[in-house]
Amino acid sequence: MLDKNQIAKRIAKELKDGYYVNLGIGIPTLVANFIPEGINVVLQSENGLLGIGPFPTEENVDADLINAGKQTVTMVAGSALFSSAESFAMIRGGHVDLTILGAMEVSENGDIANWKIPGKMVKGMGGAMDLVASAENIIVAMQHVNKAGESKLLKNCSLPITGLACVKKIVTELAVLEILPSGGFKLLERAPGVSVEEIKQATEGKLIIDGEVPEMDV
Amino acid sequence: MINKVISGADEAVADIPDGAILMLGGFGLCGIPENCISALLRKGVKDLTCISNNAGVDDFGIGLMLKTHQVRKMISSYVGENKEFERQLLSGELEVELTPQGTLAERIRAGGAGIPAFFTPAGVGTEIAEGKEVREFEGKKYLMEKWLKADFSIIKAWKGDTAGNLIFKGTAQNFSPMMAAAGKITIAEVEELVPVGSLNPAQIHTPGIYVQRIFQGKDYEKRIEQRTVSQ
Repeated sequence: MLDKNQIAKRIAKELKDGYYVNLGIGIPTLVANFIPEGINVVLQSENGLLGIGPFPTEENVDADLINAGKQTVTMVAGSALFSSAESFAMIRGGHVDLTILGAMEVSENGDIANWKIPGKMVKGMGGAMDLVASAENIIVAMQHVNKAGESKLLKNCSLPITGLACVKKIVTELAVLEILPSGGFKLLERAPGVSVEEIKQATEGKLIIDGEVPEMDV
Repeated sequence: MINKVISGADEAVADIPDGAILMLGGFGLCGIPENCISALLRKGVKDLTCISNNAGVDDFGIGLMLKTHQVRKMISSYVGENKEFERQLLSGELEVELTPQGTLAERIRAGGAGIPAFFTPAGVGTEIAEGKEVREFEGKKYLMEKWLKADFSIIKAWKGDTAGNLIFKGTAQNFSPMMAAAGKITIAEVEELVPVGSLNPAQIHTPGIYVQRIFQGKDYEKRIEQRTVSQ
């Protein structure tokens, strides 16, 4: 079973040289720590920054320089700053190559729910609806099951939808799965020590297993 | 050059009436107009509609105005940092219109640019699409969203000159340039008020035409929500 850092590390292997990437809050933010050597990517922050750098040292903390999770950050050489309208023009206009975000639920046709639990939690969608509606390539980092042990990879989402048929790939603590255009979670890789049977048990939606499923390399 | 300088935050907000529609710049607590928020608290103006990406935190930013029940309605994209907001929302005390962040930015931009509506893919098939026109372009569905305009836009810039030209610092720019254009009256508080001619015209983010009042701000706290450092 993968921990959060391992999920991030596995997702980082999906990065390609030259990508502009938007990282969501939570596990996706950790992906920045595992960018493979020789791969140059530019991280986009929806609040108006291209070129997010590492977290600052104590003496370099600047209240006027934060990421979408409101964490203090730095800028890499060659960064650009802009307004929120410009930022989302980049996103909607299809200029961002990859979006990595978290989810509460994903359905077998790629619907995602991650912004609201009716009557309980209303944080808002932030930039998630814009991102999922526009991005060509969306990878979701999430837990396979909730705290009650119920699957979060479902036939249909039970929570309010953030976007329809948009998720392409999912990395959980148990597995890497691809959402097929025709529907269904295709099992690509297992986490070390996790059996196909365990993944079946944890997946409510249609799981597609095609031949031997390799263990992932993390 | 036209001189737009006023004495300070209290003069800036003096004519804001109860029930006004306000836009307030900032992303989280980054780039918020701290001086004007304090002045609005002192003034006690109420029944406000506030258009702002976030609602501050419980004890800073717009969160302070929620505590004093000065806000009737919020139009925001993300309010997760504010427990009092969530409580007032779930109990029905506060009216809230949650809008995707890019849609919010573009609605404000549209308001300032004279574009009454536009189509965006964000929110298609979700509950925010309820009651909105959906139209298909080149095989994909888009939602019609309408412009936002404000009686007063209240923003903070890093440097501004006496004619209202503004420059922002870092990611403190966020929604402020669009809000400047979308406000009937735009109030800019600045960290450094400089004479006309001392800013590079090629580096102005917000041209002075959008700004009606400007003043030298003071005592900026610039609170950080998530101070994160590397070793």
